[in-house]
Amino acid sequence: MPVDIDIAYVARLARLGLSAEELAFYRDQLGVILEHAAKVQEVDTEGFEATAHPLGIVNQFRPDEIRPSLDRGEVLAAAPATDGVYFVVPPALEG
Amino acid sequence: MADLTIEAAGSALAKGELSATELLESVLTRASLTEADLHSFLTIDHEGAMAAATGSDERLRRGEPRGLLEGIPLAVKDNFCTRHLETTCGSQILAGYLPPYDATAVARLRDAGAVLVGKTNCDEFAMGSSTENSAFGPTRNPWNPERVPGGSSGGSAAAVAVGSVLGAFGSDTGGSIRQPAALCGVVGFKPTYGLISRYGLVAFASSLDQIGPFARTVADAVTLFEAVAGYDPLDATSYQGLVPNVRPTLGEGVSGLRVGIVRELGGEGYDAEVAAATSAMVDKLADEGAKVSEVSLPSFEVALSVYYLIAPAECSANLARFDGVRYGLRVPGETVEEMMARTRAEGFGPEVTRRILLGTYALSAGYYDAFYGKAQKVRSLLIAEMATVFEQADVLVSPTSPTTAFELGAKTQDPLAMYLSDVCTIPANLAGTPAISVPIGLDSGGLPIGFQVMAPALGEKVMFQTAAAVEALADFDARPAMAVSP
Amino acid sequence: MTTVWEPVIGIEVHVELSTQSKMFCGCEVTFGGEANTKVCPTCLGLPGALPVANSVAMDWIVRIGLALQCQVSERSVFHRKNYFYADLPKNYQVSQFDLPVCRNGWLDVTVGDETRRIGIERAHMEEDTGKSLHQGNGGRIHTATSTLLDFNRSGVPLVEIVSRPDLRSATEARAYAQDLRNLVAELGVSDARMEAGSIRFDANVSVRPVGTEALGTKVEIKNMNSFRSLERAIASEIDRQVALLEGGQKVRQETRHWDEGAGATHSMRSKEESSDYRYFAEPDLLPLVFAADQVEALRAGLPELPAERRSRLEGLGVAPHTARALAQAEPELRRTFEEAVALGAPPAAAANWVAGELTAATRRLETPAMVDGRSLFRLIEMTEDGRLSSSAAKEVLVEMLRSGDEAEAVATRLDLIQISDTSALEAAVSEVLDSQLEAVERYRSGEQKVLGFLVGLVMKSTGGKADPKLVNQILRQRLG
Ligand SMILES: [Zn+2]
Repeated sequence: MPVDIDIAYVARLARLGLSAEELAFYRDQLGVILEHAAKVQEVDTEGFEATAHPLGIVNQFRPDEIRPSLDRGEVLAAAPATDGVYFVVPPALEG
Repeated sequence: MADLTIEAAGSALAKGELSATELLESVLTRASLTEADLHSFLTIDHEGAMAAATGSDERLRRGEPRGLLEGIPLAVKDNFCTRHLETTCGSQILAGYLPPYDATAVARLRDAGAVLVGKTNCDEFAMGSSTENSAFGPTRNPWNPERVPGGSSGGSAAAVAVGSVLGAFGSDTGGSIRQPAALCGVVGFKPTYGLISRYGLVAFASSLDQIGPFARTVADAVTLFEAVAGYDPLDATSYQGLVPNVRPTLGEGVSGLRVGIVRELGGEGYDAEVAAATSAMVDKLADEGAKVSEVSLPSFEVALSVYYLIAPAECSANLARFDGVRYGLRVPGETVEEMMARTRAEGFGPEVTRRILLGTYALSAGYYDAFYGKAQKVRSLLIAEMATVFEQADVLVSPTSPTTAFELGAKTQDPLAMYLSDVCTIPANLAGTPAISVPIGLDSGGLPIGFQVMAPALGEKVMFQTAAAVEALADFDARPAMAVSP
Repeated sequence: MTTVWEPVIGIEVHVELSTQSKMFCGCEVTFGGEANTKVCPTCLGLPGALPVANSVAMDWIVRIGLALQCQVSERSVFHRKNYFYADLPKNYQVSQFDLPVCRNGWLDVTVGDETRRIGIERAHMEEDTGKSLHQGNGGRIHTATSTLLDFNRSGVPLVEIVSRPDLRSATEARAYAQDLRNLVAELGVSDARMEAGSIRFDANVSVRPVGTEALGTKVEIKNMNSFRSLERAIASEIDRQVALLEGGQKVRQETRHWDEGAGATHSMRSKEESSDYRYFAEPDLLPLVFAADQVEALRAGLPELPAERRSRLEGLGVAPHTARALAQAEPELRRTFEEAVALGAPPAAAANWVAGELTAATRRLETPAMVDGRSLFRLIEMTEDGRLSSSAAKEVLVEMLRSGDEAEAVATRLDLIQISDTSALEAAVSEVLDSQLEAVERYRSGEQKVLGFLVGLVMKSTGGKADPKLVNQILRQRLG
């Protein structure tokens, strides 16, 4: 089954700033892989739903207790840009 | 000393015949001799390791209680967070990143007295089957440097194979422990999903990722497993029940065990020598009294397809956080959107980019039901098939990988061919069941062959029992040439 | 013939829960505080970190759902909602999609004399984002030179409550929002302070010709910081849409910001593809299974809800309209009512006082003040025994709120206590009758209205302090 892929749309969704050549390259590769992956569509899965955990466990919660947070200096040390208090990023597009 | 098993080293350390510092120096020497050819490490933490070894010797001298891994030099894959020690996941986007915390598995290793030698090389974000996708250069196979060590945990497998550490940990999402273990001639084990905390393991595909050990023997793999397994309140998917107690039955052999040969994991695409070695081992198991039969799991035919929808989908979300805002690489841009898009385009290598795109597509409006949603249902079907088969068989066996180590570059241009090298290992990830690879010999090219034993969820006991028997029957004691002490 | 337009409004509410710790990590939930000090690997989205759900937050969303008459799902699932935004650390929000914790509830909302049942589609659990501060050029987003990010709020538990498009006016939407806010506050699960952002409202507004079924194009309105601005924003948006449609134009589906200063909504340039959220079940969190006994235990722990309270009040003899108002009144007002009734005040009278004069008076005050139940009881007692006229009592109440003094003291100070001593009034009546023989004659010959004249004279002679009812009664007796 050939798969149609709006690769530019997918790349925008994934926030990947790829060039036109890169987009074409990945579109072709994805096409091949997806054609293979589309085999799943031939399997009869009547009566099956997604499995959340192989051991079937549910409901694991934590108590509502405060645990120490990280030191701000250490947190900001890993950041590409800060003002010592905040993380700093370029302005957002409108909206 | 670098050739000791964990068991032997542990007992020598306990008796005072060996110090942790001596042992560390010996493995560091081995690493210094082999790393130029292998590149199994991304970081060797000389200082931290020496401090840990000294501390261990100190504790021993003061007669303090010994940890399970007291003084044992180990390594972890570079996708385990290590406090204040560079953690890159083999990616340019995390170059230089120093996590502020230890993964639970790392913390437990430290608590057990282990000496953390360093961080091993891997395919970028654990995506790959050859360790060629590391942004920092590939790892090579210790048996033949022209060949790949497998992947994605190729660095861990290679380091253990040559004795740069006595054991190591990796992560296994579709075979990333077992396949490189097979290709490097060591033992590699992926536990039941939920037995080892994933907290601090940089996620690739959360529902498939499991941490597991590499060792030279099955018994050592058990020790490593025991040191880190068990419920962790920081991982909601971790199992609260008891970890299977596998040690007492390790030597019980396979007499009376029902061993199923998976029909779907063989035939076309499998090296003749791999197939022959596998059936020879099955024959030996039968000779030992195992009841061998062939079983069929039709859904295994589409397991690879299921995997290549589910894993990329989860990865597309898991890797969204690498955006140049809070840590890691930032490529400047006029707007935050542009900055993120550039950072991600430049920071991720081709395989990661491919999988993010694939997963994004599989989840996107209009395609979810046909791809991701359908794959999840087939996954449930596969789990049900396995449960049925495990009513007829105690363990399932197969080759770990259809081939022995392939040449560097052989599959890098053909993603699908690369993906096929995980065809035997993927079902256990989809089902969340335990599986182990044990080396059973070398092919005519001198490359190791791995034998996979799979068991039902929480069936580690019978799995290890079988693996120990396989190990004894194979009597595999060859070492790569570069591991021979000068 | 001109078309009459009917607004169709749905409200989405985000409630920040006031748990000790965040939704998926142990960081403290605080409002304000030093930026980026309440963060950890999980709420900062550091590589390798995992979420574990807060058990109290899970109980609280069930409380909210039950208070809104929702069904609690036996099985519920967290989903990842994927979109890139700098203050969303993982670039996905852990939220819920097709299996929310609560579904299909309702809230009765009264405007004037009309009570309408507003459907609640769902209430689901999610995590809050960090905060962006847009720097430069006055902090306006489209001209900012950089953005500062604070992740203290990231991961604070958030319950989203989505109404059905059942609201039909801006006033009704405001009443719904206020009632919902009061309900959440009463449950004790949130500060529910709109000005602090701990409860936030977005509105979906469309219009259609009255009598038609099909929904018009829906516009989402954001950035409403008070109930007043919510009402104004919706009203303004309705007017805008009606004007567009009557001018032959179309309404565009979009998100618009309410600009309080301009008194109008303005378009937010919508980001492309922002709606393809690629939801999938969050693999790091397990399914939520709510056992019936657990849900029933939570139900049993609920405080009295407005609907139950209303029927109880009606049972006490409170007029239906008053009972509705009082049932929805602020907790402080209701406490005053309950205390006064417990001391013996007639429920109907106490309810009238609280829902009427006391509510009105407290709203007029500049600084918050309240009378307690005992003070109200004494005030009611004075009106019941005739010492205070109803108009005087209103004056006394206002002064009680202002000064904090008791009714007796205030009434004495203002010289408002009525003469209700019969013998004193008898004397005053005799005096008037003796001096007004002609009037008495006219009354006796059938001129009823003369009675009012006589009452007025008695009132005058007592300096206005006589109880007019009593004067009336004595006069009739004497003239009888
Ligand atoms: Zn936190």
